[in-house]
Amino acid sequence: MKATRLPPHVMLLLPAVIVLAAVVVLPLLLSLWSSFTPFRLTRPDSIYNFVGLRNYERIFIDTDFWIAFGRTVLLLTVALNLEMLLGLGLALLVDRQTRGQRALRTILMFPMMFSPILVGFQFKFMFNDNVGLINNALQSLGVTDQAIPWLIDGALAFTAITAAEVWSSTAVFAIFILAGLMAMPREPQEAARVDGCTPWQTFRYVTWPFLMPFAFIAMTIRSLDVARAYDIIKIMTDGGPAGRTEVLWTLIARTAYSDARMGLANAMAYVAILLSVAFTAFFFSQLGKARAQVAGDW
Amino acid sequence: MDANKTARVRKRASAWALNVTLFIAMAIICLPGLWIVLNSLRPTVEIMAKPPIWIPRELSLQAYVDMFSGVGQGGIPVLEYFRNSVIIAVTSTVISLAVGMSGGYAFARYRFRAKSGWFLGLMLTRTVPGIALSLPLFFLYARVGLIDTHAGMILAYTALNVPFTIWLIDGFFRQVPRDLAEAAQIDGCTRWQAFWQVEFPLARPGIASAGIFAFLTSWNEFALASQLTRSTDSKTLPVGLLDYTAEFTIDWRGMCALAVVMIIPALLLTYAVQKHLVSGLTSGAIKG
Repeated sequence: MKATRLPPHVMLLLPAVIVLAAVVVLPLLLSLWSSFTPFRLTRPDSIYNFVGLRNYERIFIDTDFWIAFGRTVLLLTVALNLEMLLGLGLALLVDRQTRGQRALRTILMFPMMFSPILVGFQFKFMFNDNVGLINNALQSLGVTDQAIPWLIDGALAFTAITAAEVWSSTAVFAIFILAGLMAMPREPQEAARVDGCTPWQTFRYVTWPFLMPFAFIAMTIRSLDVARAYDIIKIMTDGGPAGRTEVLWTLIARTAYSDARMGLANAMAYVAILLSVAFTAFFFSQLGKARAQVAGDW
Repeated sequence: MDANKTARVRKRASAWALNVTLFIAMAIICLPGLWIVLNSLRPTVEIMAKPPIWIPRELSLQAYVDMFSGVGQGGIPVLEYFRNSVIIAVTSTVISLAVGMSGGYAFARYRFRAKSGWFLGLMLTRTVPGIALSLPLFFLYARVGLIDTHAGMILAYTALNVPFTIWLIDGFFRQVPRDLAEAAQIDGCTRWQAFWQVEFPLARPGIASAGIFAFLTSWNEFALASQLTRSTDSKTLPVGLLDYTAEFTIDWRGMCALAVVMIIPALLLTYAVQKHLVSGLTSGAIKG
């Protein structure tokens, strides 16, 4: 009997599909099932007790959950936009340097190597109201004579978390946009200047459209990994003070591991997964559009 | 003449302002890292001092000595953590590179139905937040006995890295002209030989940078590791950092020292391939 041979691309993709099916898809199916049960880790039998959509109903009327959801979206929107703007500024600043660009690029990569949990600790340390660098500096410079309770006040803690998140990820945007600037042909810019465009017009209508795909690649890569913010928040405030910085991911972890209510936590996790997928799909589609536009223009 | 002069002065002033801005931005990027290195060398009394001591009075390597002196003498089992981290990160990087190479090659060289759908599907597995994945994975691993083992962590990190390595390696293989491998095949190579003799060497820098990315992800991951590891058998360095925290106090100096130990390998590796890192990711920017 002749063995049936699979086409080569199937053979080549098989390992990836198997690994991802085993470690991602299978567990996700399991968690989908358990989100329809009142599963608790302490009572393993409860996983066979089907309760339909009760967990989702409970989430739906849970104000704490929706506040955390809103806060997650807010954090992502603020952080990603800030990172994009600062990254763009940084890239333009580095691009106009003629000397030492290589060294500057190396420095830019610096925050990318930091583990998010390390970023969390660093910033927890720096924002510490008693011994932190920020308060010490502000007090020594005479800006304030009282310790600012960075991680103790809800709004300030949110600011501190955003600062940590922006510090750790702005570099990604800067590096990609810089790569775009370096790959860009110079003639259109010169032509625009000759035709009498102001620097702003040149940037807005000539440079920026070319940079867009690069910015969206950075966005897509970041959105593949947005939940890295969990590590930072977990360390800096762990959702505190009094739940004022609770985001979806910390809420899920608390519900699952502290309260041991796996079924409910899995239902929440599904909402978080859909949120991540939505962000990624959005940026993927934007990337496609920007690419098409650049390909059309040049 | 006068207008020329003011224009020149204004131009120079704005150039200076931009340089200063760049300098400040770079300082902000570097500062947290330097602050950690500095504090790992200072005694705790000085870190906690009020009013703050800005210029360090005494520097010592005591924190590092303590850390490596083992459990019981104020140390943590850092050697075990380091060993676990290295084993898990290196093995999962190698596996995910192999899997990513075969997957990336398939996407770069073959046409098949629903190709972009498969690609997007593979990418989307990466968007699942680690914490959301950790719940069912914890349960599954507990059933098959993979909790707190190297194998379990390696498997999890491989899955985490595969989508990204496929993306990167796909981009690099697409930069290698198809004709080269075809020419080699006409000259009598098998497809397999053509791949290893012609295409692989050309794509090697890109594969190396995909490797660094995979390594950094595994080396730095926390959300999964914190749930799937228990003891010194498999705890990695990021989880080990938590050993320095107690309920209300944190040993800042020890933690800073461990942070330095954690960052050095990442720093060296990233520096080694930094040039290819970006070109790999952006190669797909203009050509879809």
